[in-house]
Amino acid sequence: MNIAIASGKGGTGKTTISMSLASYYADKNISVAILDCDVEEPNVNLFLQAPVTEEVRTTVLIPQVDNSLCTGCGKCGEICEYSAIVLIKDKPLVLKEMCHSCGGCFLVCPEKAITEISRETGVVELGEINGIKYAGGRLNISEAMSPPLIKDVKEFYPEAEIRLLDSPPGTSCPVIESVRGCDFLLLVSEPTPFGLNDLKLAAEMARAMKLPFGIVENRASEGNTSLKDFCKKEDVPLLASIPNTREIAVRYSRGDSVSYIKEKYSSELERIALHIDSTVKAGVK
Amino acid sequence: MKVAISTEGKDLDAAVDTRFGRAKGFLVYDMDSNESVYVDNKQNLEAAQGAGIQSAKTVIDAGADAVITGNVGPKAFTTLNSAGVKIYLFKDGNVQKAIDQLRKGELKLTSNANVEGHW
Repeated sequence: MNIAIASGKGGTGKTTISMSLASYYADKNISVAILDCDVEEPNVNLFLQAPVTEEVRTTVLIPQVDNSLCTGCGKCGEICEYSAIVLIKDKPLVLKEMCHSCGGCFLVCPEKAITEISRETGVVELGEINGIKYAGGRLNISEAMSPPLIKDVKEFYPEAEIRLLDSPPGTSCPVIESVRGCDFLLLVSEPTPFGLNDLKLAAEMARAMKLPFGIVENRASEGNTSLKDFCKKEDVPLLASIPNTREIAVRYSRGDSVSYIKEKYSSELERIALHIDSTVKAGVK
Repeated sequence: MKVAISTEGKDLDAAVDTRFGRAKGFLVYDMDSNESVYVDNKQNLEAAQGAGIQSAKTVIDAGADAVITGNVGPKAFTTLNSAGVKIYLFKDGNVQKAIDQLRKGELKLTSNANVEGHW
């Protein structure tokens, strides 16, 4: 089962909840993997501290033009949606960072002057600790596109009973790539105007993608019902509320918030896990 | 020599558009004959991405040997550079003033992109 954890707004506690759930499943002897899909700012292993046992280089395909075969017809540039290949003074110029690896230029070239070559864009780190398998993507500096690397991260540990996909913030391409094909989407948000605004966008995304989803409220404060009201109004299950306490902040600053949350909010984690399990088994969309 | 100036209007009185990739249009001015041709850039102005690259292609295809604009990003720079197009930076003024300054040798040639993409 694939459970994606996303939020809309950044810094709402996606990784904290992902890690707490991973730990919860591991304690129950359920085979669990956590996949860090936030490849631009990976942070899962800051908390998990799994020794990295393997690093897999990830690549994308980009065009290489043999100018001795090129006649300057410009068909490669015409088919490219992203201006990654443009005809400049009758010769194709490749802007490799724009390339989405669609292979169109390669297919359309009548002279077969284009070959596809690999270009490294990042690495996937692998490791395991305390019964939790870990795969985390790390995009190389200056790379503009993360989805191909996210796709590679999602290839790991298909045998795990539970795979938790810690997604990037936002609702753009990297998030779509992370949550695509998951069985359940957990949205972690906070009752602030910014948190709520982005949660609305994330809920809209989930509906457009026809993903069953539920919400975890983090940093809940007494008297602020804005997020709870949203869930009621939108008829979305609010699976848990984690309060805004000094103790969690202190633990977080030391990097051990996960063990604290697991201990103190075990019934909340249980409720989240049971809800996801029953929803997925019932095939609710 | 032909110079393409990013512009908000269509004639010599129009202000120089500080953006290159998403400029409204370009006035391609022939420094020898003093004739000019306006090239619309609406398509690239509204492009989701790659505006700088396509705008560079537009001015190169129009035969420009140099560009005068307010700012130029990395991909536009790479593309213009690949065709040997010189890039001069100019701010605050109309197209006529930019051409006059270029003639007097008062405009600075840039050898780098001076802004990030999507600035």
